Amino acid sequence: MPRCAAPAAMPVNVFREMAMQLTINGQSHQVDIEPDTPLLWVLRDTLGLTGTKYGCGLAQCGACTVLIDGQATRACVTPVESVAGTEIVTIEAITGDAEGRRVVEAWVDHQVPQCGYCQSGQVMAATALLKQTPQPTEEDIAAAMINLCRCGTYNAIASAVRQAAKA
Amino acid sequence: MNDMTPINASQNSDGQAGLLNLSRRRFLGVSAGALVLGVALPSGAGRALAQAAAPAVVAGTRVNAYIEIRPDSTVLFRSAFIEGGQGIFTAMAQIVGEELDVDPARFVVEAAPPGPDYLLIGGFRFTGGSMSVRMSYEKMRKLGASARLMVMQAAAARMNVPVPELTTEPGRVLHAASGRALSYGELAQDAAALAVPADAPLRAKSDFRWIGKPLARLDVRDKSTGKAKYAIDLRVDGMLYAAVQHARHLGAEPHTITNEAQVLAMPGVHSVHRLPGAVGVVADSWWRARRAAESLQVTWAAAPQGTRGAMPEDYSTERHREGLKAMTGDGLEAEASGDTTKALASAKTIIEATYDAPHLAHAQLEPPSALARWNDDGTLELWAPNQAPEMFQGAAAKVAGIDPSRVIIHSPLLGGFFGRHFFYASANPFPQAILLSKAVGKPVKLVWSREEEFLRDALRPMAVARFRAGLDEKGMPVALSAIAVGEGATGRWFGRQPDKVDSSAVEGIAGKLYAIPNHRVGHIHVDDPAVIGFWRSVGHSMNDFFYETFFDEMADAGKQDPYDLRHRLLAESPRQRKLLEAVADLSGGWKRGPYQAEDGTRRARGVAMASPFGIEVATIAEVSLRGEETVVHQVWVAVDPGSIVNPAIVEAQINSAVAIGLSIALMEEVVYEEGVPRARNYDGYPILPPDRMPKVHVRIVESGAPMGGIGEPGVPGVPPAVVNALAVLTGRRARSLPLSRASLAGSI
Repeated sequence: MPRCAAPAAMPVNVFREMAMQLTINGQSHQVDIEPDTPLLWVLRDTLGLTGTKYGCGLAQCGACTVLIDGQATRACVTPVESVAGTEIVTIEAITGDAEGRRVVEAWVDHQVPQCGYCQSGQVMAATALLKQTPQPTEEDIAAAMINLCRCGTYNAIASAVRQAAKA
Repeated sequence: MNDMTPINASQNSDGQAGLLNLSRRRFLGVSAGALVLGVALPSGAGRALAQAAAPAVVAGTRVNAYIEIRPDSTVLFRSAFIEGGQGIFTAMAQIVGEELDVDPARFVVEAAPPGPDYLLIGGFRFTGGSMSVRMSYEKMRKLGASARLMVMQAAAARMNVPVPELTTEPGRVLHAASGRALSYGELAQDAAALAVPADAPLRAKSDFRWIGKPLARLDVRDKSTGKAKYAIDLRVDGMLYAAVQHARHLGAEPHTITNEAQVLAMPGVHSVHRLPGAVGVVADSWWRARRAAESLQVTWAAAPQGTRGAMPEDYSTERHREGLKAMTGDGLEAEASGDTTKALASAKTIIEATYDAPHLAHAQLEPPSALARWNDDGTLELWAPNQAPEMFQGAAAKVAGIDPSRVIIHSPLLGGFFGRHFFYASANPFPQAILLSKAVGKPVKLVWSREEEFLRDALRPMAVARFRAGLDEKGMPVALSAIAVGEGATGRWFGRQPDKVDSSAVEGIAGKLYAIPNHRVGHIHVDDPAVIGFWRSVGHSMNDFFYETFFDEMADAGKQDPYDLRHRLLAESPRQRKLLEAVADLSGGWKRGPYQAEDGTRRARGVAMASPFGIEVATIAEVSLRGEETVVHQVWVAVDPGSIVNPAIVEAQINSAVAIGLSIALMEEVVYEEGVPRARNYDGYPILPPDRMPKVHVRIVESGAPMGGIGEPGVPGVPPAVVNALAVLTGRRARSLPLSRASLAGSI
């Protein structure tokens, strides 16, 4: 059964807090938290950066996509201890980034969002793509833009990414 | 949801002072009081609104309940309808702005609190049934026009000139004779104190500047930069977080928790609570609450045998499907013409087929949540994703044991809904949030994990349809019997009358416009053991698939082209026939195939018609096969909503409908085994990924017929158009969705 129950004899000391230094959107933050806490929840609950969304918790949907040293990363399965010492960028800092600004303008031009819930992650994924591949092919776009959107904005997303790449 | 008293119960006191007060307080910028939420109303004013209801209130007429012109001449508009991606906030700004004479881009739109002013859907209020624009269009135009006249009256008094000497341009009142002008912002306070005029003139349609134009949506930039706030994002001072572990079987109750002390010792855990059908953990972060909730070792007491609404521990969707298919008889008559029995008896050819469609999850990307806070004055404040604030207010009051007027409900942006956020009792987290907040004496935000959401979502019902058609010697259909089997969502939540057919169970089989001289649609009700609910396009989401796919079976049996047969049988329905021609034209002319495309793939096309939610839709899909996988290359959709407000939003909604329609054709089904859903996340319940999205071409036909809805109607035509194309390629009929299941079983 896909019940995610923990083992019966759960040793409480597994969940010991630890002080960690994180660099998020250019700012340094110290957090005291269990080191295996997913980065997503440190962002959302500890630091109040709620632009990064929870969708599935299993790296299925991509709503939680952030940049770790420029790479699109799914924060819901990224233990916070693994990103100490990296540069973390979230949607809150997107317009401070050159590629990010182009992506956002393309998103607005193409009127991409509907409900909008997945779009933080989509914008972050597109930004990461353009950082690594400034002139992406259709295949590059298809390979990078794999986040789910229940509103089905996929065609608008692809058009916006093409525009951002040309801008 | 038979019990509508919560709505009526809120209509019992004088709210006028509260409304004006609210307007003034917001006008002066004293908003949100002690709250930290942008969407919050001052709690006193919010309570006044909850009580607001002099019997004389006519919904949609009191300007100050909806419109607040701010000093900078921007407009704060309180929408009766909730925004969840369908673009309703922008549409409201277009409609009201057109008449008020304020550029819609100068609007800030938020969801209105509960109150009699907002009961625009036949005395009720909900965002659904693709009803928002069509049910409120005239009233919202009049509201905007009334507000404009009030501003002009205020200007006339200020300038000491008669109103007829004044004109407006966006955001300003002009007195041409003296060259004087006043901004709306300067006049707003005076205008708000005036009585609402009864006779404000409406703008001529030919003079529309914003209605009917593809205006940019108001929320796109915030939604592209992470600034948009959903229920799950909200936070109030002193708030704790909560997560739950539900009983696997709905109806079971927590009995013993064997490791409660250990869980209470986990970092950040505040407390553990027994709830109806669940256990909850309150903690200082959601992750900690969730990990603790999942760590709880709970034994559950099964619901006593026969408990109404309890999930049987041996329930399987497969067995339920077989049960529906095994039902015999003609059922209650939903619709009939001619003498079907006689015509079938004398038909040259008889064809029969049985179709089925599975339960579906909403699978909206935002997991459900609720934030509850008990205020010092005994009121309960609730932030919860919802499509029906008054229903939630009433239900919350029952859970809280207080009068509905003491419940202040906020309706945040919805991270997708598709029918998910109606009141479904066990499928809504807010009752748990209320109980947890009460228990800990602090505000609590409860979020359901994706796994708990898949366990407790209200599903699109499973359905079966049994068809029997008679063709004459020329291959023309002369008789059609269609029996729909299952349960409708409307009957489940608004009361089913045993002697009447629930229209939500047969819509899309009933209501078809083809001229088949003898036809009968019947319905056999069978209780669905699952919690069922409204799902984008409701009964149409499966019934048009059943009917339009069987239609192609009739065409093939009669050796007719399915497009031509539709065209012939719509001879008496010019609006639909024209739309069929429009979609064929949009696709470059009807061709069924199979044919070879430029990329070498062998493709075919299928066509389907639907008449949902007051509009007409014609759909063509182009399909090929890659191994056993169905590839949909392009979908063409012609829609006739009568008239529209924003063509860009219409096109976006059709794109969205194609995506979800294709998703349910290809891959979606909720499978229960032993009373438990097999899938608890997107890994087990895939939804359409980007690489399966076809190109979508939309043509909007404004026939001038009464305005219909647009949020749902694009869905129903997609599965039959795809499956009809597939049949051309494979020579076999897929009569069961999703296609992935049949394909895995090797039967396609």
